[in-house]
Amino acid sequence: MASILLMGNPNVGKSAVFSRLTGVKAFVSNYPGTTISYTRGQMRLGGDTAEVIDVPGTYTLEPTSKAEEIALEMLEGGDIVVNVVNATNLERNLYLTLQLLERGIPVVVALNIWDDTEHLGIDIDVDKLRQRLGVPIIPTVAVTGQGIKELVEAIPRAASPHLPTINSSQRWAKVGKIVEEVQRIHHRHHTWRERLADASVRPITGGIIAVLVLAAALVLVRFISEGLINYALDPLFNNFWAPVLLKLSPLMGGEGFLHNIVIGQLVGGEINFVESFGLLTSGLYVPFAMVLPYIISFYFVLGLMEDTGYLPRLAVLMDTVMHRLGLHGYAIIPTLLGLGCNVPAVLSTRILESKRERFITSTLISIAVPCAALQAMIIGLVGEQGIQYVIMVYGTLFLVWIILGFILNRTVRGFSPELLIEIPPYRLPPWRTLFQKLWMRTYGFLVEAIPIILGAVAVINILYYFGVSDAVANFTAPVITGMLGLPKEAVSVIAIGFLRKDVALGMLAPLALTSGQLVVGSVVLAMFFPCIATFVVFLRELGVLNMLKAAGIMLASALIVGGILNLIL
Amino acid sequence: MEKKLTTLLQMAKGQRGTVLQLKGGRGLVNRLNALGIIPGKKITKVSAMLMRGPVTVEVDRIQIAIGFGMARKIFVNPE
Repeated sequence: MASILLMGNPNVGKSAVFSRLTGVKAFVSNYPGTTISYTRGQMRLGGDTAEVIDVPGTYTLEPTSKAEEIALEMLEGGDIVVNVVNATNLERNLYLTLQLLERGIPVVVALNIWDDTEHLGIDIDVDKLRQRLGVPIIPTVAVTGQGIKELVEAIPRAASPHLPTINSSQRWAKVGKIVEEVQRIHHRHHTWRERLADASVRPITGGIIAVLVLAAALVLVRFISEGLINYALDPLFNNFWAPVLLKLSPLMGGEGFLHNIVIGQLVGGEINFVESFGLLTSGLYVPFAMVLPYIISFYFVLGLMEDTGYLPRLAVLMDTVMHRLGLHGYAIIPTLLGLGCNVPAVLSTRILESKRERFITSTLISIAVPCAALQAMIIGLVGEQGIQYVIMVYGTLFLVWIILGFILNRTVRGFSPELLIEIPPYRLPPWRTLFQKLWMRTYGFLVEAIPIILGAVAVINILYYFGVSDAVANFTAPVITGMLGLPKEAVSVIAIGFLRKDVALGMLAPLALTSGQLVVGSVVLAMFFPCIATFVVFLRELGVLNMLKAAGIMLASALIVGGILNLIL
Repeated sequence: MEKKLTTLLQMAKGQRGTVLQLKGGRGLVNRLNALGIIPGKKITKVSAMLMRGPVTVEVDRIQIAIGFGMARKIFVNPE
């Protein structure tokens, strides 16, 4: 089977082309480094099936980063390269193209983002470029699908002119000459998008824009999730599902082992979706009516920020602050992803250059950045006691993030490299990719989280029924009650937190805690241990030794912070 | 004639110039080259963040944010 590699500079739309060619959905965003590992798919090519690989973005075949090393390795195993080129920046993109042509591998060039050349006043003579390079060149707009059919037809005509190998300054000179021949730039005025782009990276206007963007994001997340909960999911559960369960309860004997697992405890003869804790009550209500609305609203808003191209600008603004934490501005992207789910967040630390940065970022994420599922529960449960307690939880975690980062920066050996990133232009989000991405992430939550949530609920009920949790609770009481001021039963909450933090926080509900205890419980739960999925990814990405180090830091900081909060509240 | 060299840091916001020289190790030069910052290229300084923050420049219609320490190593001939 022929293997087709999609290669090109970062953020030129390789993943969008990949989706179009293979029908396999891939994450598409507007920032360099969206694709951190390769994705494979298949396409029909003539009568055969060909394998298509979406290679991480690379500026050059003389690797300057881990991602570029991977790209180079993959090039060895490819048969044809579809070189995706940003048509609005031939000056830089053609450097990689020439390198590919020197290697003797058959190449087709997709001149992507073609639609932008027109309003940027860029005229490209495609025929002349084709003559100069000696390979098929197809203008494309991958997000709309324009030119994809022609691209597919051109793949069998991929050619290699076997250019002689030259050194890099000769190559840059050659690129300059080609561009001069094939490209005309018309003078034009700055558009409002460009003005906004410049304002976003200036200290004062940029700061104001950042505050506005983040405030708008927060309001939008709340608005969408509250809307879904109040007008769709709560009515559905209360008006339709609760009566069904109330009929089912007596049929199952109203109590006993099976009843406890399936329906849980009735509260005052009624179903209480938060406290009953059966598979069909809390087991469904927690994921669908409490967490899912936040997953949808958070990822919708994150998608907007990703696709407009705002995130790299936030990185520039945050750079000075992040340096105090031993990171540079780009680490803000994994951190924001962590507010959705820590698993992809730890994976995405691959966009950072050094092992040290990856360790610090990942550790800070697993300790101080609560995922959307946990946040949904914090807002749902702690929020009932008053908004000030929610602010206390978030404020504490934010302080922990800053202070711990500061300490790690002083203690972890090595130094942090500096920021060096390309800032893409602002774009209006392509709605198709935005909603496709939202669906992929929501679907990911549904298939990966819900089985674990149901499993966790079942395990909790079985342990309770046989009194196992009591035995453990007595054993750990000195720490849980003595240091943290929580009832000793809270230990099972922390243990379940290893499986799913949302379910674990839900277990605090029936314990009738004071507001202060709820704050302590939420903070400790958020900090203590990452859920098992994050644990596994951390282990795989950073190794056993780093995982052990991070685990030690987690334990220590969770107990210290929990203890301090207990003393204050 | 000995002329005092200007770095990116000393350029004014909005000022244009030509990249003269990159004074850094091979690794840094390669990374800057890969992003299109090469001696001879026209470069415009867009902005600089406060407190030794990154400098944003525009080369070939693409904006690039460069950390303070790296920006100090990029010498330019301002217009």
